[in-house]
Amino acid sequence: MADISADTTANNNLNAQMEPGLRPSLPPPTLETGAVGWLRHNLFSSWVNAILTVLALYILYLIIPPFLAWAVFDATWTVPPLAAGVEDHPPQFADCRANAGACWIFVEARLPQFVYGFYTAEQRWRVDIVFLILAVSIFGLLSERIKRKKELAIFFFAIFPILAFWLLYGGLGLEVVETRLWGGFMLTLILSGIGIVFSLPLGVLLALGRRSDLPVVHMLCVVMIEFVRGVPLITILFMANVMLPFFLPPGVEFNVLLRVLLGVTIFAAAYMAEVVRGGLQALPKGQYEGAMAMGLGYWQMMRLIILPQALRIAIPGIVNNFISLTQDTTLVAIVGLYDFLNIVRAGSRDTNWLGTEIEGYVFCALVYWIFCFAMSRYSMHLERKLHTGHKKR
Amino acid sequence: MNYFRLAVAGVVLTAGFAAAAQATTLETVKQRGKLLCGVTTGLAGFGAPNDQGQWSGLDIDLCKGVATAVFGDPTKVEFKPLNAEQRFTALQSGEVDMLARNSTWTLHRDTGLGLDFVAVNFYDGQGFMVKKELGVKSALELKGATVCVQEGTSTEKNLGDFDKVNNLGMKPVKFKENDQARGTYDEGRCDAYTTDASGLAAERTALKNPDDNIILPEIISKEPLGPVVRHGDNQWGDIVRWTHYVTLIAEEKGITQANIDDVKAKNAAGTDGADPEVQRMLGVTDKLGEEMGLTNDWAYNVIKAVGNYGEIFDRNVGPKTPLKLERGLNALWSKGGLQYAPPYN
Repeated sequence: MADISADTTANNNLNAQMEPGLRPSLPPPTLETGAVGWLRHNLFSSWVNAILTVLALYILYLIIPPFLAWAVFDATWTVPPLAAGVEDHPPQFADCRANAGACWIFVEARLPQFVYGFYTAEQRWRVDIVFLILAVSIFGLLSERIKRKKELAIFFFAIFPILAFWLLYGGLGLEVVETRLWGGFMLTLILSGIGIVFSLPLGVLLALGRRSDLPVVHMLCVVMIEFVRGVPLITILFMANVMLPFFLPPGVEFNVLLRVLLGVTIFAAAYMAEVVRGGLQALPKGQYEGAMAMGLGYWQMMRLIILPQALRIAIPGIVNNFISLTQDTTLVAIVGLYDFLNIVRAGSRDTNWLGTEIEGYVFCALVYWIFCFAMSRYSMHLERKLHTGHKKR
Repeated sequence: MNYFRLAVAGVVLTAGFAAAAQATTLETVKQRGKLLCGVTTGLAGFGAPNDQGQWSGLDIDLCKGVATAVFGDPTKVEFKPLNAEQRFTALQSGEVDMLARNSTWTLHRDTGLGLDFVAVNFYDGQGFMVKKELGVKSALELKGATVCVQEGTSTEKNLGDFDKVNNLGMKPVKFKENDQARGTYDEGRCDAYTTDASGLAAERTALKNPDDNIILPEIISKEPLGPVVRHGDNQWGDIVRWTHYVTLIAEEKGITQANIDDVKAKNAAGTDGADPEVQRMLGVTDKLGEEMGLTNDWAYNVIKAVGNYGEIFDRNVGPKTPLKLERGLNALWSKGGLQYAPPYN
């Protein structure tokens, strides 16, 4: 009781000393600010939340320490020195047996293969150059500090694909590296890159076609979109690879990679069309009428007024499609292409590396996560940059 | 499914007749300049890319052998990885010239699919693995045991049959992938784990403590694995079959990759004490290779390139590899196994 009265006196003193309105604000109660306040608001705001928080912490406790022990502390990071009496041998799973954790020397030994697939070793610098140009131009296109976007875009969308094809495939003075040797991360990038670059414009055209007043165009687009969306990608790939050869004269053979690229692009475009159509339909009719009142033609209206707004609305959906396309490329494994996931899996079927399946899968998951997470972060950044009041918060 | 297969077989036969009228497989291969060999998408010891990205394995060596028989060069082969569903259609449709893809020789596959199994380059059979501490010495003692097995395979069916015949009351625990079945067994949730014997040896190396596990002696199924060609082109079938056989004869005669030149020198035409069969095989006398549409020294080239069967076996799955497989049924007939080649006459 004594304390309370002391406090009251102190408050009274404060009141007494200050002119009205000049009194400095008291700091907020410690329970409402800082780490404690954050915890109270976010994790322990009610009994149910408190229980859930404790439960979640417990589950994390069950998962994270053993995972870290496996992946980091008990893992084999370098090839151990040869034990006495053991014959010299290439690195293998047996070298990891001394430690209970992950066998990362598997990834180390196989990394070049994971990146380039079966690509001729002496020619891999060509892939490196393509990677480099790709990285630089994507950075140039996305960064706000770099100007001259138009030239860059022309280079990236018109010149780069031809250049990249020449570098990767060869011909005109370079040794030819057949597409069946392409694989690994490089193949995954090619598949998803081409899928992404071509599916967006194709999808926009399909979406516009579906909303077109011309009956033939409209019907064609609807049939195309609905047919492709009605069939799983795996079926398209499987039919293209298993059944197609029966209908072709013996000996005639389509390039498998080309078949797959075509399938993946058309498939992605159909889905993209529906996402874009969602954006188109979200625009108020007034936008169209306004554009027409300005005397703009159809393509001008689309290019200057409608599409910039529609695509902006559709960004989350578009990026969603890109991400799922990147992950769908792993399906090409069923047609005998060694994409990133498949080549890692094949690696752990090598006699020397039996038992490294989990390491392979964890490594794959990490790489795919980095790429897909980067895409999703960029889309969020893009949304923030372009937001014009449609945004909620 | 059966109607589907019939339909496929119909298409295949039509396509087959059309193809037969055009060119023999040997001509096609020679014209193309390389052999197209259907292989597994990745199976330890039988075919998988090594650290350098080169395919290696028992089946891979057979493909290389056939390429050498035709071209005298083991590099003139392209490996086409095929999964279990694709393999036979790929062969039927002419996408590959032959399969060397650990495929079990069964009646239906040999007769109903328009295909021919021409040899057995590996005799396999289904077996069991258990933990040593269980103290089990025979599969017949696995009464009421839980058994980890891959789902939807002949392995699962064989397990059911074995269980019924011996009235053991086993409880199968089924998994989509073989490595999941093995992993679960390793964690101790199954008493036993079953798959082909070669697979057991391979999967054992992937266990936490391989030495704490034993493979039981019973083999409960016949799995003769061998190369497959299209029905109706006997010349091509002969070439694939005899490519396997010459590696067997070479082992029988003690001819290896390393000593073949010495052997050939010792068996030169007119030498005293020369072995007439070796002379015929290495192309010193007679013109048997030409009868097959090959060169007379084709067998010499094959052995020089891939070695005899014993060398192929040891290199890919033998005791010095992590698989540590014994010859067992795959020993030569003269050593108690089943590998037997007709004479090279």
